[in-house]
Amino acid sequence: MVETVIVPLIVILTVLFAVLTTVIFMVLLERKVQAWVQVRYGPMRVGYHGLLQTVADVLKLFLKEDITPARADRWLFTIAPLMALVPALIAFAVIPLSRDLTLFGLRFPGQVADVNVGLLYVVSVGTLGIYGIILGGWASNSKYPLLGSLRSSAQIISYEIAVTMTLVTVIVLSGTLSMTGIVHAQLDKGWWFGFMQPVAFFIYFVGGLAETNRLPFDLPEAEQELVAGFHTEYSGMRFAFFFLAEYTNMIVISAVATTLFLGGWLPPFPNVAWLGFLGVVPGWAWFMLKTFGFLYVFLWVRATFPRYRYDQLMRLGWKWLIPLSIANLVVTGLMKVLV
Amino acid sequence: METETPRPMFDTDEMVLNMGPQHPSTHGVLRLVLKLDGERVVGCDPVIGYLHRGIEKLSEHRDYTQVVLLTDRMDYVAAATNNLGYVETIEKLYSLEVPRRARYIRTILAELQRVASHLLWLGSSAGDLGALTVLLFGLRERELVLDLFEEYCGARLTYNTMRIGGQPVDVPPDWGRKILAFCDEQERKLPDYEDLLTNNRIFLQRTKGIGVISGADAIALGLSGPPLRGSGVARDVRKDEPYAAYDEMDFDIAVGTEGDTYDRYLVRLEEIRQSLRILRQAVDGLPEGPVMGKVPRLIKPPAGETFHAIEAPKGELGFFVASDGKSVSPYRMRVRPASFCNLQALPRLVVGHLVADVVALVGTIDIVLGEVDR
Repeated sequence: MVETVIVPLIVILTVLFAVLTTVIFMVLLERKVQAWVQVRYGPMRVGYHGLLQTVADVLKLFLKEDITPARADRWLFTIAPLMALVPALIAFAVIPLSRDLTLFGLRFPGQVADVNVGLLYVVSVGTLGIYGIILGGWASNSKYPLLGSLRSSAQIISYEIAVTMTLVTVIVLSGTLSMTGIVHAQLDKGWWFGFMQPVAFFIYFVGGLAETNRLPFDLPEAEQELVAGFHTEYSGMRFAFFFLAEYTNMIVISAVATTLFLGGWLPPFPNVAWLGFLGVVPGWAWFMLKTFGFLYVFLWVRATFPRYRYDQLMRLGWKWLIPLSIANLVVTGLMKVLV
Repeated sequence: METETPRPMFDTDEMVLNMGPQHPSTHGVLRLVLKLDGERVVGCDPVIGYLHRGIEKLSEHRDYTQVVLLTDRMDYVAAATNNLGYVETIEKLYSLEVPRRARYIRTILAELQRVASHLLWLGSSAGDLGALTVLLFGLRERELVLDLFEEYCGARLTYNTMRIGGQPVDVPPDWGRKILAFCDEQERKLPDYEDLLTNNRIFLQRTKGIGVISGADAIALGLSGPPLRGSGVARDVRKDEPYAAYDEMDFDIAVGTEGDTYDRYLVRLEEIRQSLRILRQAVDGLPEGPVMGKVPRLIKPPAGETFHAIEAPKGELGFFVASDGKSVSPYRMRVRPASFCNLQALPRLVVGHLVADVVALVGTIDIVLGEVDR
């Protein structure tokens, strides 16, 4: 009873809580980092240095009127934000946040479910989120959202291929699809896969930016062109759901990158003896540190670059990233066979 | 003759997209009716008039001196050059002599205004491409210019800072030194923008070869200012028909070669540099003397009409004023605004490009709707 119901429940709640808290601070961090780059302060009023800004924003969104445009498809319009958010959240089920912990004589696994096809699960669930965006734009029955969702679907599909190719490279290296297995493989090899596969890591990063609709690939919601892209017609909590989904997706991308390329919960160079003291820091702290480091790069990129144009983005995806990722996969496979 | 066209597998339709007047990047209340084929623009129809306040008609019912205040509200991010254009027109009509010191101060104000206007343009048009950091950088330096204006005339946006026949006040003590300090500061900050944009691959892709217009076409469309010079036409009223104290200043005209968005960007950056050069000369060479010339109590120019143009940051700003010789207000005033004339090029520029380029092109012609509609 305790082992089969209560422990998994606690783990699920912990993960959910951790993710939602991260989202809240991520939103704040985004505004703060951008402000620092741009020689501003960012939010300063709500709480100490604006710490509670996001809480206030969410409260405001709760109180907003929930508008459904008269000509919208009510059913799809309602369900679209949920379809965007839920896949983003459930992707966390297979991401190992820590090694297994033992507390009060109970063994807590570091992830909700160690599925033996974990990576496949992440990819498929991550792709589901696109339905929310397409349907949201379509159901609004308005021009800007339609353009936004069209752009979004084309973009995510193109970049998904390149990203998946890099994931295959990782599978070739580790020989397993289980997320925990991949981390253990990195422990065995003594190197994070990010060092062994810099090209794959880079493609994954660029593809990740594109998949989460971040600058320089934030065309679906390009504020200056399409007003607010696919969620132009959304307000109140439904808008908040899209917003939440976007940030959760960013965290998913970062968490997956951490697991696959940065050694998950492992400290740097886990097999080097004189760096053993790094093991004092608990695994989940390493995981958090790496994820946030990755997220920070997202924000940094946003503050630096202008936006690509739609056709240029497609060209970059199909003409550069996909061939490059396939070539990388072939080379990796050859190395695996030959060495 | 009838030709049999194969029925396409899917029906495709042109979509009419109404961009504005409430849209984040139409720089005010411009409305563009775009005809789209997918994301490609096949037709563009700018609709203006949302900010029409009848400034030209109003000025027929105000004193000559009061009209200065109205001109502030035309190109509201470059109010000082509007003032300058108007007061010089009246001075020309009235054959008034302006003291040399006043002409120097006007040159300083006009060039400060050019820097401020170009900085705002740089920020907002880079922001349209998604480079929000440049927007904030641009606004940060513009703030310094506004501080200088505030110190001179007390206002930060609509200055009302010029009078017919001279300047209302002399420069505050130490103002010149502050301007020189600003020039140094601005010179230091320019490489920051260049780092973020000039050699940025994404920026190059978004601006090179976008909205190309040849020199001949630019002249035919009546373009002026940076859009004209970006196409390689070295036309600058400051050089061709010098006014204020520009005949005593040493500066170069920035010209582009390709006539695309990137060239117009480079031209404006270079103009900021040239403006700093003029500012330094004007501050160093500021002559002594009165700032207000001999002007009759009641300004009542003799019957006649005149046209006078200056180089505003956005292009050639001309005023036509007719006086009947009896009244204390203009019989007719007509403005030749730079933004309005430059806006005509927009449909030419955007057709064939993508929706994303529309905002870049609205940015590159640098319009202010206050000046378009008046």
